[in-house]
Amino acid sequence: MDDSAVVLRATDVTKAYAGVQALRRASLEVRAGEVHALVGENGAGKSTLIKILTGAVQPDSGEIALGGETLQRLTPSAAKALGIAAIYQQPALFGELTVAENIALGLERAGRWGRVDWRARRERARTLLARIGARIDPDAEAAELSMPQQQLVEIARALGADARVLILDEPTASLSKEDTDNLFRVVRELRGQGVGMIYISHRLEELPLIADRVTVLRDGTTIATRAMAEVDREQLIQLMVGRELSAVFPKRTVPLGDTVLELRHVGCSASGVRDVSLAVHAGEIVGLSGLVGAGRSELARIIFGLTPADSGEILVRGRTVRIASPREAIAQGIAYVPEDRRRHGVVLEMPVSENVTLAALGTISRFGALDFRRERELASEYATRLGVKTASIRSLVATLSGGNQQKVALGRWLLTKPTLLILDEPTQGIDVGAKSEIHSLMGQLAEEGVAILMISSELPEILGMSDRIAVMQGGTIVGVLDRAEATPERVLARALGERTSEFAALAATGAAPR
Amino acid sequence: MTAARRGWLARHGRELPPAAALAAVLAGVLLVAPSFFGAENLRDLAINNAPVLLVALGMTLVILTGEIDISVGSMFAVCSVAAGLLAKAGLPIALVPIAVAVVGLALGTVNGVLVGTLGLPSIIVTLAMLVAWRDALRWATQGAWVQDLPADFQWFGIGPAAAQVIIVGVPLLVLAATGWALRNLQIGRRLYAVGSDDEAARLAGIEPRRVVFGAFAATGALVGLAASLNAVRFAAVPSNAGLGLELQAVAAVVVGGAAITGGRGTVTGTLIGVLLLGTIGTAMTYVGISPYWAKAIQGLIILAALVADAALARIERHGGLLGRGAVAAR
Repeated sequence: MDDSAVVLRATDVTKAYAGVQALRRASLEVRAGEVHALVGENGAGKSTLIKILTGAVQPDSGEIALGGETLQRLTPSAAKALGIAAIYQQPALFGELTVAENIALGLERAGRWGRVDWRARRERARTLLARIGARIDPDAEAAELSMPQQQLVEIARALGADARVLILDEPTASLSKEDTDNLFRVVRELRGQGVGMIYISHRLEELPLIADRVTVLRDGTTIATRAMAEVDREQLIQLMVGRELSAVFPKRTVPLGDTVLELRHVGCSASGVRDVSLAVHAGEIVGLSGLVGAGRSELARIIFGLTPADSGEILVRGRTVRIASPREAIAQGIAYVPEDRRRHGVVLEMPVSENVTLAALGTISRFGALDFRRERELASEYATRLGVKTASIRSLVATLSGGNQQKVALGRWLLTKPTLLILDEPTQGIDVGAKSEIHSLMGQLAEEGVAILMISSELPEILGMSDRIAVMQGGTIVGVLDRAEATPERVLARALGERTSEFAALAATGAAPR
Repeated sequence: MTAARRGWLARHGRELPPAAALAAVLAGVLLVAPSFFGAENLRDLAINNAPVLLVALGMTLVILTGEIDISVGSMFAVCSVAAGLLAKAGLPIALVPIAVAVVGLALGTVNGVLVGTLGLPSIIVTLAMLVAWRDALRWATQGAWVQDLPADFQWFGIGPAAAQVIIVGVPLLVLAATGWALRNLQIGRRLYAVGSDDEAARLAGIEPRRVVFGAFAATGALVGLAASLNAVRFAAVPSNAGLGLELQAVAAVVVGGAAITGGRGTVTGTLIGVLLLGTIGTAMTYVGISPYWAKAIQGLIILAALVADAALARIERHGGLLGRGAVAAR
């Protein structure tokens, strides 16, 4: 195919967020009438690239060209006007408005006095929906439509804006087989009409059905672009993970102690977690791997009592417990450092000292009154032990760097002397130095007999730190791998949805042989 | 030393602007109309503002959790009438303030259950209560005052001089106790944590719902106490006491440097706020400005406090009033 068919080209795009390099040298070209798959692990840079292409985020360097013309400072409205549209997994329609109104939003120019031509509006909606072969009533309220129908309305709206490039971000993630087929029919239809499409999906097996070419991102860099017919699933996985373990992980082998946490067929219908069985022992680090949305954080929230389980059994140190709130979880010796510490792992407007003692106010109280001297001593002790770099323990946590905030969050929980520590993405977005400090701390804690459950989207971290790796997919554990047998390929293959009864059985028994 | 100073500034820095404003007002009045500082005027000011201070202390607790209670004026009216009725029914006058505080506690508990336990939005809940208590009282009393009170009702039967010491002294004691508790008790720490980030507080094992419940219940009790201390100043109890009290209390707390979004504020700030808003009207009269302007100027002070708060927050977050903040907001 000749070069003139290229409708969108991104060349050597880079982007850093607060020192973390999200995109290094990402390139992507989409031809008119092509479905171009974009794949990569969590954090490979897909979302950042999409945000840049839709104008939501400005790149640090690199070039975006549409139809051969270089775009300067792309904004969301400019991107829309130029014909770049994106459809996400969760449709973003206004539920209270009708289909026709939703399609009209952003497309119509108001008449004189802002008068609406209802007949034209309805007619246009009908035409656009017909173009993708969707039988949806333009007068229906968007909230009444099913999710797949809402997606089609969004696609119709994009067409109405004369989209030349349509970005589909995990559109099939929560669709049934039938709805997926229907969506594919629409996608092929649009391909025939010359629309260039970027198709992001973790379902590698569906790519050969729909994509013409595929581009693999890894660590913010474009690794390869291939014709879909030339690569198979295994090769794609290889390309996605193909890197060496760059960091050295201070993993020490610790003799396992008693079972601290045991989950028996635990589920929570509200958060989509079902039938999870897993055991974590004293001194053991269990890595919880899986794609975003696989239910890892949801599982952590169940154990910590944030969204209590409604089925199955949770045992802490051999005793069945019901954990209905974080307070009860803490009373059981459970600690939880959440993902996204900037929002909830620490209280930003409180000093370091008060953050460290917040979950253990009882230990610094005498007759109900706080003992400030003891608070200072303990806060200093833990800040020193964790290497928190701060001007003073009275500085507000908001003034600290991300890595130091994370250490403060950890310090808070160490002060509660937990027997089970749940870490959700403990090193996400923090600098390399702080990262390895947190890793050695984890090793130390395991040596002291703390059971650790670590959620991480970073495969090297999971492989480097864990004694066992539990892989989640679709709200349940689909495989447990021992440290010795775990490879990036094996973990990713399970995360992407390869279920074997052998591993399900292993997960159910809890302890895997070492 | 620098760290200690930073700690002091972090805690009390927000009280400095209103304190400076209060000092400026008082200095101006001292120059123009020194008679303002006459004993009688000062005593009147203290007695008039003491009940407001009590209510504002409760409001401080509520605002620290990030909520608001605009039903305090109506609860004040109900508690005032309750004070009169209880005294008339023969309750010893010494027990009336305690009993009325319990009545207030009950009213506050209703707010606490609706906002704290059920998680309904406080502005709507307390707006509904503002109307509901006020109209229920109007219906029950038909607008009639509670009269023919026992002889020892007014001034607790111990005479104005001694009673005034109690009327001003009790709120000051409550102020000191609240300040101490906020700083030194676990519940105080929890209150600040919930107001700063309720989800983070929850993850640290604090139950925000209970804390919010407690703040509303405590406010009710303080309103009851304030109503009884206020009621004994007169020989009869009006059925429409406390009109506009919610505005005075919220304004005092906000002017005193508390963040309306919660997590920041001190009782010292609230005291300064009460003093500033409470004296400015009288001070204007002394200086010769028409009292008709008093409300407008109070409004301006509240607005200034909010703008200052927003500006401070912006400077803290982005290191400047404009610039990076504008980019981040884009």
